[in-house]
Amino acid sequence: MLKVFHCDFYIHTCLSPCAELDMHPRAIVEKALAAKLDIIAICDHNSSENIPHIINAAKGKNIKIFPGMEITTSEEVHFLAIFDSLSDLDLMQEFIYQHLAGHNDEDRFGVQAVVNEKGEVEAINDKLLIGATDVSLNVLLNYVHKLNGLAIAAHIDRENFSVLSQLGFIDESMQFDALEVTPLMGLAKARIEYPKLSKYSFIMSSDAHYLNNIGTAVTKIMLEASTLSELKMAFARQNGRHILE
Amino acid sequence: MNIATIAKELNLEIRSAKDRLKNIVTGGYTGDLLSDVMANSQAGDIWITRQVHQNIVAIATLKEHAGIILVNSCEPAKETLERAIKENVPIMVSNLSAFELTGKIYFLLTAAK
Repeated sequence: MLKVFHCDFYIHTCLSPCAELDMHPRAIVEKALAAKLDIIAICDHNSSENIPHIINAAKGKNIKIFPGMEITTSEEVHFLAIFDSLSDLDLMQEFIYQHLAGHNDEDRFGVQAVVNEKGEVEAINDKLLIGATDVSLNVLLNYVHKLNGLAIAAHIDRENFSVLSQLGFIDESMQFDALEVTPLMGLAKARIEYPKLSKYSFIMSSDAHYLNNIGTAVTKIMLEASTLSELKMAFARQNGRHILE
Repeated sequence: MNIATIAKELNLEIRSAKDRLKNIVTGGYTGDLLSDVMANSQAGDIWITRQVHQNIVAIATLKEHAGIILVNSCEPAKETLERAIKENVPIMVSNLSAFELTGKIYFLLTAAK
């Protein structure tokens, strides 16, 4: 039976240099539950080491975690990649790290902490996660789809790091499964603002960097279950699955 | 001043539309954010950029730019080159940085006036 799921596919953790350290796995899960979210995706910049810990923190709880990543392309476009399994995400991660140069500078960009479900710091990531990969958007989109993932253009209404700011427009060559807008824009206004993008499903998310951001933006989606294949159908508006606008 | 003169003066390597080098350059614009280039560049501009994605060809056509110069020896992506050849948009490559190239072209254009 189809029912409405409350979703936020764009939550950072303390692994992202720009997110607060309080964004550790257990706190994120607790906050997401308090916000009555049914499905969340964790998307750190070019990284994913906290996701197994988030999944552990959510064990036995009434919330689904999709493994994800916010990927930076060589054009400096940000997009979200969401996967069904950790093994698919791990392959994506391997590819991303092969193509991401540089070392983090904590004083300038922030700390990149891997924290387990008990709140213990397991490692500090020293890669330049805030940097860009040297792989183009279309190659990355193909790679995500090869791993059965979904690709969502991030914050298309923002004037930096969005596909529209970097590349001007979205055309057929870019195989996005959905487009994401900020809560400032909202879905209704986005439909008016982007008439040429009417064939795409739009979502709205928190892009949470602080615990208090979680729950500030929700996309309601009609699904039968909290699986990636259901979400894929919703993005394609198939079999009754769809996003409530 | 036409593209051929600029290409010769600055040792640009021409990658597409060799028959369009008589295009007159009336000004220039330097930028990598295509939304900004779309909003602020003018027809007749030579566009200096580090962006190699195929959308640069569409923007240059739309804005009626005289041509595109890629900086830091960056080559156009395969699809970008194919599209530039098909749409007859001159793409050139310079080994200079955007800063240096912009300065030199600005000087050439101002001196010619």
